[in-house]
Amino acid sequence: MKLSVQINEGPYTHAASDTAYQFTKAALEKGHEIFRVFFYHDGVNNGTRFTTPPQDDRNLVNLWSELAAKHNLDLVVCVAAAQRRGIVDPDEAKRNGKDGDNIAPGFRISGLGQLIEAGIQSERLVVFGD
Amino acid sequence: MSETKRFLYVNRKAPYGTIYALESLEVVLIGAAFEQDVALAFVDDGVFQLTKGQDTTGIGVKNFSPTYKALGDYDVNKIYVEKESLEARGLTVDDLMPLKYEDEDDDWAEKDSIHVVSSQELSEIIDQSDIVLSF
Repeated sequence: MKLSVQINEGPYTHAASDTAYQFTKAALEKGHEIFRVFFYHDGVNNGTRFTTPPQDDRNLVNLWSELAAKHNLDLVVCVAAAQRRGIVDPDEAKRNGKDGDNIAPGFRISGLGQLIEAGIQSERLVVFGD
Repeated sequence: MSETKRFLYVNRKAPYGTIYALESLEVVLIGAAFEQDVALAFVDDGVFQLTKGQDTTGIGVKNFSPTYKALGDYDVNKIYVEKESLEARGLTVDDLMPLKYEDEDDDWAEKDSIHVVSSQELSEIIDQSDIVLSF
């Protein structure tokens, strides 16, 4: 199946990102195609490279970056939600006059149209939230 | 993007207190550009998003309720509100903003966009939708 995934919560506070990660990984292992993983609302916070979680527990941001690299996944962070919450890539930093950027490897910032397109192009859009 | 798909946006949270209501509306407005078959559902505390007379001056946040009135102009005219959710909160359809649209197939006659439906009817609507986004 051709699937897309939507994640509506940030890392750690909710299990949404963990569950979405486990689901995405399992789907790929079963041979399904993941068209896009879209991060919305606080889900954009999964896209910062500045987290330092405790060493004896999973590093969610890194897990996503690594999965994306291994399977050439399209991890998209919504630009409107990212602007509200301070997730910035170099282009956004320049455009909005910020003195730095924090986007994690493998993630890209783009518009809500990418979510709609994912819904249209996929057989199923699976939403993980609160 | 060839075929038209049926999108259903399910709103379950009150308008202020969390951002889900506002950001859900943002998806609907941007999604309108894709000319798909769109419907909205309001359940549980989501029914409060449509109530009349919202005044946010006391809490210092933007009152975005007028935006729902523009939905008709974006060709979003199927707005389902769950009857059980209204009743549990002591509300009736008269407590909600009278959202309207102009039916281009009926000489632009003004019609109501809001349909109060039972939980059972709503589950059928969900079942018939291709893409269900839940906020």
